[in-house]
Amino acid sequence: MRKYLLKRIFYMILTLFLVATLTFFLMKLMPGTPFTNQQKMTAEQIQIVNEQYGLNKPIWQQYLLYLAGMVHGDFGTSFQFSNQPVSYLIASRIGASAQLGVQAMIFGVFFGIIIGSVAAINRNTWIDTTATVLSIIGKSVPNFVLAVLLQYYIALKLGWLPVADWNGFVYTILPTIALGVGPLAETSRFVRTGMVDVLNSDYIELARAKGLSKFGIVYHHALRNSLIPLVTLIGPYTVALMTGSMVIENIFSIPGIGEQFVKSITTNDYPTIMGVTMLFSTGLVLVILLTDIIYGIIDPRIRLTGGSGE
Amino acid sequence: MAERILDVKNLKIDFHTYAGEVKAIRDVSFHLDKGETLAIVGESGSGKSVTTRALMGLLANNAEIKGGSIMFHDQDLLKKTEKEMQNIRGKDIAMIFQDPMTSLDPTMKIGMQIAEPLIKHKKIEKKKALAQALEIMKLVGIKDAEERINNYPHQFSGGQRQRIVIAIALVCYPEILIADEPTTALDVTIQAQILDLMKELQEKIETSIIFITHDLGVVAGMADRVAVMYAGEILEYGTVDEIFYNPQHPYTWGLLNSMPTLDSEELESIPGTPPDLLDPPKGDPFAPRNPYAMKIDAEEKPPYFQVSETHYAATWLLAPGAPAVTPPPEIQRRYKLYAEMMEQQKIGK
Repeated sequence: MRKYLLKRIFYMILTLFLVATLTFFLMKLMPGTPFTNQQKMTAEQIQIVNEQYGLNKPIWQQYLLYLAGMVHGDFGTSFQFSNQPVSYLIASRIGASAQLGVQAMIFGVFFGIIIGSVAAINRNTWIDTTATVLSIIGKSVPNFVLAVLLQYYIALKLGWLPVADWNGFVYTILPTIALGVGPLAETSRFVRTGMVDVLNSDYIELARAKGLSKFGIVYHHALRNSLIPLVTLIGPYTVALMTGSMVIENIFSIPGIGEQFVKSITTNDYPTIMGVTMLFSTGLVLVILLTDIIYGIIDPRIRLTGGSGE
Repeated sequence: MAERILDVKNLKIDFHTYAGEVKAIRDVSFHLDKGETLAIVGESGSGKSVTTRALMGLLANNAEIKGGSIMFHDQDLLKKTEKEMQNIRGKDIAMIFQDPMTSLDPTMKIGMQIAEPLIKHKKIEKKKALAQALEIMKLVGIKDAEERINNYPHQFSGGQRQRIVIAIALVCYPEILIADEPTTALDVTIQAQILDLMKELQEKIETSIIFITHDLGVVAGMADRVAVMYAGEILEYGTVDEIFYNPQHPYTWGLLNSMPTLDSEELESIPGTPPDLLDPPKGDPFAPRNPYAMKIDAEEKPPYFQVSETHYAATWLLAPGAPAVTPPPEIQRRYKLYAEMMEQQKIGK
């Protein structure tokens, strides 16, 4: 297991290095400069600022300096917010995004599994059809449309929940739902398909032949086996949600990182772009590793330790 | 006389399909006595598996029972609710499935899979159930059972897995064990081991077995009685000797004739295909493939004619006044052996 982990971590570092390199050079290819009002600046001023941020050095030197900084955990200073280190910027904003992402994922996956299972158990009945139609709607309606509808009807008309802002748990409910409906729809379709397959398998018939109840069969045999493929879906999805949803964060005025990221791209805020990209990539490779480990836990056939008798 | 524990009478089952009503089981009757093994023999689609699924209450959703009764002791299984059947399945009537590679849950330790029926039916706690599971694992011949109880199905070979499936079926000491082609998916050498194991356990556990197969070779060594099924009907039934050495129905002749012997140079087969059960034939369902068929075979269904106390066959050839026919040479050879056997029995008495 340790050998396996070491190998995996080596590949993770390699992947991250490649991502950093590629992003760095692609970013430099973007048109424009980090200066908002370049026309008003004199050549001298530009040169001073360029020097201050090391932008006058050759690109390869900038690249090496950047890598060196990154290894030491220094992502540089944001251009947008003068003298704010990128790491501080991310740290102050990732909390809201991560909380929202995790909540949306838990909401989506939990109800997705329930709806998918119920649909599979009642296959080809009106329950199944309803679940299918709802999932298709959930998947097709963009989350910002849903967000606005929720704001209008639940917050404004009924006044049950606050319209926007970020001030405690009640403020997270609407954005969580808006963000979680997509994963919910996808999870329910995934679970439904997986469980229909599993329910037709021989070992479920054997479980029935044992005299187990319907619920017992689903709970003890069908669920675990139909959730295995879901693990692949959940991991990357979680990272994507946690690193911020720009639109949802904007609509609900959530001080998250998604919004920051988009702003940093439009303003050529190089250190922030790199910082957020690296954060996202690190999250993704970690989640992929975690996914593989979880696979081994829920499916003994692919246990990584190789402790089997064969 | 042996105690009769199962009595199936006039069972009729239809399947609703897009093409129409498939009359899969058409008036099937048979019984099972305590401690005996009844083999139900027939080709694919003859209805043997459907019959056993009906016994278990495990028919597919599109199946409809059109009539008949399945008396288990003094209760009709067809009148039971699903909840009541859950208390019978796995406890009084258990089943072994065809493919051991797919009939075990890949994500559950096999100890738990064996213990599950005990926890459900005997209401004993997990620890005790696992201890009993260990005992039955030893009984079915799993080596190093103490360690293997914590293994998963993929860590076992096909033969071992079938032993585990048998252990699951027998863990509650059922009165009836239904074995649906339990050796079809196994290597020939493993087949023999599994069959021996089943015979051995039948004595230890005192269970009755319904053995479903299309392999007559397996039947000879396993069964006490044989029922020959074709197109949703039982065409002939009798003791294993009566079916093998004194067969009366031309379909049984065909089956026995297709069994390879040491002398056979090429494999015999029965020409034609079974009838479409969407529109089942009026008379003897085997008539279109039967070289000995008479006019009446196509028009009227033959009743069961008694051959001996235990032997019945549904063929007009046994009707009084039917023309005498000469069965295939292989069957004549068997008749001769049967006559000798009868002779010896008389001397024995």
